[in-house]
Amino acid sequence: MYLTKPDAKTFSAEPTQFMTLIPTVYNADTLGIRPDLIKRPIESWKELLNPEFKGKTAILNIPSIGIMDAAMVVEAMGIHKYPDKGNMTKAEIDLTIKTLIEAKKAGQFRALWKDFNESVNLMASGEVVIQSMWSPAVTAVRTKGIDCVFQPLKEGYRAWAAGFGVPKSVTGKKADGVYEFINWFLDGWAGAYLNRQGYYSAVLETAKAKMEAYEWAYWMEGKAATQDIKSPNGDLLAKAGAVRDGGSYETRMGGIACWNAIMDENAYMVQKWNEFVAA
Amino acid sequence: MRNTARHLPAWLQALPFSAVFVVFFIVPLLLVLAVSFWRASDYELIPAFTGQNYLDVFTGCAIGGELCVTFKTYLSTFKFCFLVWAITLLTGFTVAYFLAFHVRSTGMQTLLFVICTVPFWTSNVIRMISWVPLLGRNGLINQALQSVGVIDAPLEWLLFSDFAVVLAFVHLYTMFMIVPIFNSMMRIDRALIEAAEDAGATGWQTLWNVIVPLSRTGIIIGSIFVVTIVMGDFVTIGVMGGQQIASVGKIIQVQTSYLQFPMAAANAVILLAITMMMVWGLTRLVDIRKEL
Repeated sequence: MYLTKPDAKTFSAEPTQFMTLIPTVYNADTLGIRPDLIKRPIESWKELLNPEFKGKTAILNIPSIGIMDAAMVVEAMGIHKYPDKGNMTKAEIDLTIKTLIEAKKAGQFRALWKDFNESVNLMASGEVVIQSMWSPAVTAVRTKGIDCVFQPLKEGYRAWAAGFGVPKSVTGKKADGVYEFINWFLDGWAGAYLNRQGYYSAVLETAKAKMEAYEWAYWMEGKAATQDIKSPNGDLLAKAGAVRDGGSYETRMGGIACWNAIMDENAYMVQKWNEFVAA
Repeated sequence: MRNTARHLPAWLQALPFSAVFVVFFIVPLLLVLAVSFWRASDYELIPAFTGQNYLDVFTGCAIGGELCVTFKTYLSTFKFCFLVWAITLLTGFTVAYFLAFHVRSTGMQTLLFVICTVPFWTSNVIRMISWVPLLGRNGLINQALQSVGVIDAPLEWLLFSDFAVVLAFVHLYTMFMIVPIFNSMMRIDRALIEAAEDAGATGWQTLWNVIVPLSRTGIIIGSIFVVTIVMGDFVTIGVMGGQQIASVGKIIQVQTSYLQFPMAAANAVILLAITMMMVWGLTRLVDIRKEL
């Protein structure tokens, strides 16, 4: 992830002063479910395409993320074992999209979602009982007082990471400002905010300093909450005694099955994804 | 020479708007056209002159059997276009007719007009998301129908379906039909209607032989609005169709979000060409400049 010089187009073999991307946030994603409407344990990604939930599932309509959720499902169904879900071959993309199209034609999906709020809405209204989801969306459903679980699954999590890249057009004073912002971002306040949403901030030590001990124990150590857990906005998220879905940082991040990445066949993948949407 | 001098003020008057038009419309459009011939990798745009993007848009279209993605998507978009056009035309014409011929006072007309704009008082996205509690599985309509015993299970097709998309479009864009048609109707000389009545025409005959032909300009302008909006839409179809219905706009949006600008540009150029042909066809039916 290091470059030889600021505007280099090739990676450096050893660490240098120039990073391609300053890490900011990452997480392990899984399926969100409505336990009150499903009424039985969910343990596998394959449940997303289980006909039992016909017309009550959703997958996200962001090709690079959606296709990997789909790959988790395809593998869990025993259709294909992917050597690398983050870098599929054309044949694997074809197979994954074919599975999605068959499910779509059979009426499996209630909707696809693209916007964070859409996923919250789908889940909270009961239109959907199991779907691809993001951690803060699950907490957003919960703060409405509706039971929603970010369900750990036996096949593991789909992980992602994001960061800041500095455009080369930013120079001088502007560049100083940019670095100042990055420093502030990693200084703890933003990190604590992200952690309380269920994400993991890139610099955990500074975030820890800005969080209460009981919050850290709940979010990071997988311990039962000793007090009510509030969202960053102050809404009640989990009552005292509750344990975070998936448990501690080590358990969650230790259970990662694949990482989001730009595939070599990215253009082909996007084209095939459009085919799925049009089917 | 003298001729040019005489026209100079007119040219100057037209200059500011032309300049804005050139900078913010013509130039970007030319850029889109240029980029549609470029190539792109995952991270950068590469200036080139290749027709590959256009070929890629029509991948699989030459082969028989199932329709290719592009044709299927256009077919679906045309379908919505036609349905929405027909329904907004009928509704818009009726509302405009009521406003123009039945409401006598200007104050009342203004008030009713303001009521017609109510759908525009909130943001597009909020408005569309609000359909969920109304049309959803546990929404008001399903609850009401179930409680009076008309249906046993909730109707699934109310939301995230073709029906929902058409409903939202009609709700949003009927206004674009009402305004120009109302405008045309207000210009109709009321003496003509009296004359038709005196000549023994029935209400329907007056409507069909006098009012409809004289509202033609408004109908065509309204149609152009509705057709162009629906052809390019991806938000309404996305939200109301549960993102499961394809639209050309959606394809372009997905491509741009993955930095595949040349492909997106090629799609945009094709969409523009098709929409322009539709608009051209509509303007053949009436000389708008002469009528205005």
